[in-house]
Amino acid sequence: MPMTFAEKVLAQKAGLDSVVPGQIVTVRPDHVLMHDNASAIFGKVADALGTYGIANREMPVIILDHVIPAASEKDAAGHKKIRQAVERFSLPHFFDIGRGICHQVMMEERFVRPGQLILGSDSHTCTYGALGAFATGIDRTEAAALLLTGETWLKVPNTFRIVLRRALKPPVSAKDLVLSLIGKLGADGADYRAVEFHGSVGTLSMDDRMTIANMGVEMGAKIFVFPVDHSTREWLSSRGFGPDAYEPVWADVAATYEREITFDLAEIVPVVAMPHKVDKVKPVTEVAGLPIQQALLGTCTNGRLADLRIAADLLKGKKVAPGVRLLALPASREVLQEAIASGVVSTLIEAGAVVLPPGCGPCLGAHQGALAPGERCISTANRNFKGRMGCKEAEIVLASPATVAASAITGVITDPREVG
Amino acid sequence: MRVWKYGDDINTDMLFPGKYTYTCATAEEIKPHLLEDLDPRFATEVQPGDIILAGKNFGCGSSREQPALGLRAVGVAAVVAKSFSRIFYRAAINQGLLLVECPQAVDAYAEGDGATLDPAAGTITVGAKTFTFPKLPERILAIRDAGGLLPYTLARLKEQREFA
Repeated sequence: MPMTFAEKVLAQKAGLDSVVPGQIVTVRPDHVLMHDNASAIFGKVADALGTYGIANREMPVIILDHVIPAASEKDAAGHKKIRQAVERFSLPHFFDIGRGICHQVMMEERFVRPGQLILGSDSHTCTYGALGAFATGIDRTEAAALLLTGETWLKVPNTFRIVLRRALKPPVSAKDLVLSLIGKLGADGADYRAVEFHGSVGTLSMDDRMTIANMGVEMGAKIFVFPVDHSTREWLSSRGFGPDAYEPVWADVAATYEREITFDLAEIVPVVAMPHKVDKVKPVTEVAGLPIQQALLGTCTNGRLADLRIAADLLKGKKVAPGVRLLALPASREVLQEAIASGVVSTLIEAGAVVLPPGCGPCLGAHQGALAPGERCISTANRNFKGRMGCKEAEIVLASPATVAASAITGVITDPREVG
Repeated sequence: MRVWKYGDDINTDMLFPGKYTYTCATAEEIKPHLLEDLDPRFATEVQPGDIILAGKNFGCGSSREQPALGLRAVGVAAVVAKSFSRIFYRAAINQGLLLVECPQAVDAYAEGDGATLDPAAGTITVGAKTFTFPKLPERILAIRDAGGLLPYTLARLKEQREFA
């Protein structure tokens, strides 16, 4: 029977020949990601873990990134509990503060391969679809149960097939692509669905694919997934995975799709998502001139070297506008090191940026870079919900690294095609 | 019993602000901040048995489970919405909170209407109109009926150990 990507992976993981949408299957994920919330996760099952132990010590990967370094005694105590749990259960996969944002680290540290099933107690776990994995978010309670049993249930999703045509025209970027897609389909446009990308995927770099897959959940999707091609193989090989280390999975040509959408990349323009919904997408030209007080460059959506470099190229020899705070948040220690070595960091600092430690920082409003009432922040992050950056009377506008950098220079929302 | 009516795309930051995510984990810590940025009256006035009616894509956004945990803890009988975001949907099952996907019931609501729910019969009455909603698969119902995923899992582990 011809199957989609999601059907194939779930059938394989459930030990079945085939599955159909709506079917509920029992699966054992290859890895389960936890971050600072591991403190609450271990707390939920502390007694039971004493009795039954951890089902599979290789499965959990714990990466501290959300509030790092600790902003308060309570955060510090949470981190301490996690370190103690790691020691108590001799967990082999633990990364303390400073290594980077969990999703970037999962990929850099070789926990993601094509065809794998990865669950994470963070909604942006969907990022790893860029590498051809089935990756999606779960809550803390489910992560806790997975520690005890190593297995859970998943419903086989229906699939959308998105066919990309032609290529993006720089400075139009992957962020403009995914925001345009969400604007077109809506924040619930792919609720419960798997979304496969076909067509001119080869025109997109691996960083581009990570940016796109990262935002799958903002369209309600269970997974966003890209096929494994030359770029994927090259990326995996740079991480020490030869062609024998993984078996790519992809949809059969005759698979059944709930919906097919064609998307012409050459027609996409720089866009923003206006407050307070990710699908309130408008061309930058329609909102150009709106003043900003903060600009956030980075996060798990757009904090990779290519993103920082795009911003640095625009900011070179210029200064951030008076009255604007530019925050740069690299996705990982590796990214930060490469950005230092290539001069990107000094360009950003000379322009007036504040460089933050690799982590989640201001994106979720838990610490660093919180907004004041009446302020507007242009950000490369993935969410602009009311109150997201710590203040419900502030506005967050989502955009690409180029648009954020251009706006930081002028102090108002600016089309990157006008700054050069 | 009161009906709390909200619109489309009620996200996790509206249900429970992200700034508290790493400082509030227990029901008692979560309760005062429920729906803080959406409806400041909710946390102080909600009573056991109340129902939330909402539009499409309820619970979209973060994987944080405090909204589902908190709504169950204050005794919300059910969230009835046109559709739900998937992580929230799973979180609700895992906390033993009843979710009802029934767009007709949400559309039927007029200001001041009451609502009653019969989970066993799979019906919801809004004002004078009654609607049916599909039952969850047995396997999922078993989790919810056990009071959530952890009680369900612990009972299974205990059973396996006694059996072995």
